[in-house]
Amino acid sequence: MTSRAAPAPAASQATINVLTALLEARTGQQIAAYRSWRLDTALKPLLRARKLDTLDQLVTQLLQGSDRSIGDSIVDALVNQETSFFRDAQVFEMLAEAVADAERDGRRARIWCAGCSTGQEPLSLAMQFAERRDTGGVPMPEIVATDVSDAAVARARSGRFSQFEIQRGLPVRRMIRWFDTTGSDWAAKPELLGMVAFRRMNLVSDPAPPGQFDVVLCRNVLLYLSTDTKAEVFPKIAKAMKPGGVLVMGAGETVIGQTSAFAPSKRFRGLYEMPVQE
Amino acid sequence: MKTCLVVDDSKVIRKVARHILETLDFTVTEACDGREALASCMASIPDVILLDWNMPVMSGMDFLRALREADVPRRPKVVFCTTENGMAYIRAAIEAGADEYVMKPFDRDTLESKLQIVGMA
Ligand SMILES: C[S@@+](CC[C@H](N)C(=O)[O-])C[C@H]1O[C@@H](n2cnc3c(N)ncnc32)[C@H](O)[C@@H]1O
Repeated sequence: MTSRAAPAPAASQATINVLTALLEARTGQQIAAYRSWRLDTALKPLLRARKLDTLDQLVTQLLQGSDRSIGDSIVDALVNQETSFFRDAQVFEMLAEAVADAERDGRRARIWCAGCSTGQEPLSLAMQFAERRDTGGVPMPEIVATDVSDAAVARARSGRFSQFEIQRGLPVRRMIRWFDTTGSDWAAKPELLGMVAFRRMNLVSDPAPPGQFDVVLCRNVLLYLSTDTKAEVFPKIAKAMKPGGVLVMGAGETVIGQTSAFAPSKRFRGLYEMPVQE
Repeated sequence: MKTCLVVDDSKVIRKVARHILETLDFTVTEACDGREALASCMASIPDVILLDWNMPVMSGMDFLRALREADVPRRPKVVFCTTENGMAYIRAAIEAGADEYVMKPFDRDTLESKLQIVGMA
């Protein structure tokens, strides 16, 4: 019955359970049962690459455990890694101010991009602050960028972007200032890549990067986590922040009703801060 | 409503661009080469021009230079939209006064993103 041309048949419930459990164990993300159709679509390229016909076969390979990369590939395929340069552009203007505030006592500011995907977000910050350095002589902030996906971190470190990716959100003058063409791809100049420290890190199960941050961006990352998991992640982020630091979430996200570790910022509309303890 | 003049010798590209621009609330006019585009601008200046580079009569570059010399009431935003994606072309376009640059092939996200950058979407 199964032929390559036919659509992949619906997977067994046992298979769906294994895949959702794998995703939740690795990332804390939950796929509600009603969205399990997404598994089919998301994993189709992986099935093709591994010359398999069904999700059941994929899960059999996974459970046999002979190929460790298969679990990573499944998780990478299921996680939404959508991002773009200067996503929600107004955020970057506010961060210019927030960083300047943090530098007031002469210290170098520190920024953490938690869930940086393929690197567009930290590289946008790097470009913005490198240009400020070049025109105003202000030192660069330190930028640390982390993601749970090995594949995303590897791509971010490579600094290579397709023609479609490079054109989303990136003004052309910045593109030619900070990137070189290599065939049909665009590659971040080593100078730019060197301004960001990329690391693999799971927000749910790994410790936060060492030191304290003035700004944390955790945009479009937590929205698939369960309420309980979020309740653990917010305090972890808060502990990694300096008093008065700001947290940036995605345009459709909020901390309200999710945690008492953060409250809406009075200075920056749409951003969050730790409430001041009396 | 915002207006956009799409200048391209390919009917297919004009149709695709028109479709995307209309979903972004633009009123679209079309021209199939630089000379037609210049005539269109003399009649009425659009807010944005989406400009191909290579066209049989008056290239995008020649059009841009001519537009600069022309007696028009205001300067539209100019977004090159071309298969020329080498660094030298992009630099030349910026020097000639282009505001943004789209490398073909493009999709809705690309176009919307570039229009946002020039403050038009
Ligand atoms: C939709 S992208 C958002 C990228 C970027 N922050 C933005 O807003 O454009 C979400 C990223 O979060 C990462 N992610 C998901 N769960 C994570 C976890 N538990 N720990 C760290 N990163 C995680 C994914 O791998 C993915 O790259």
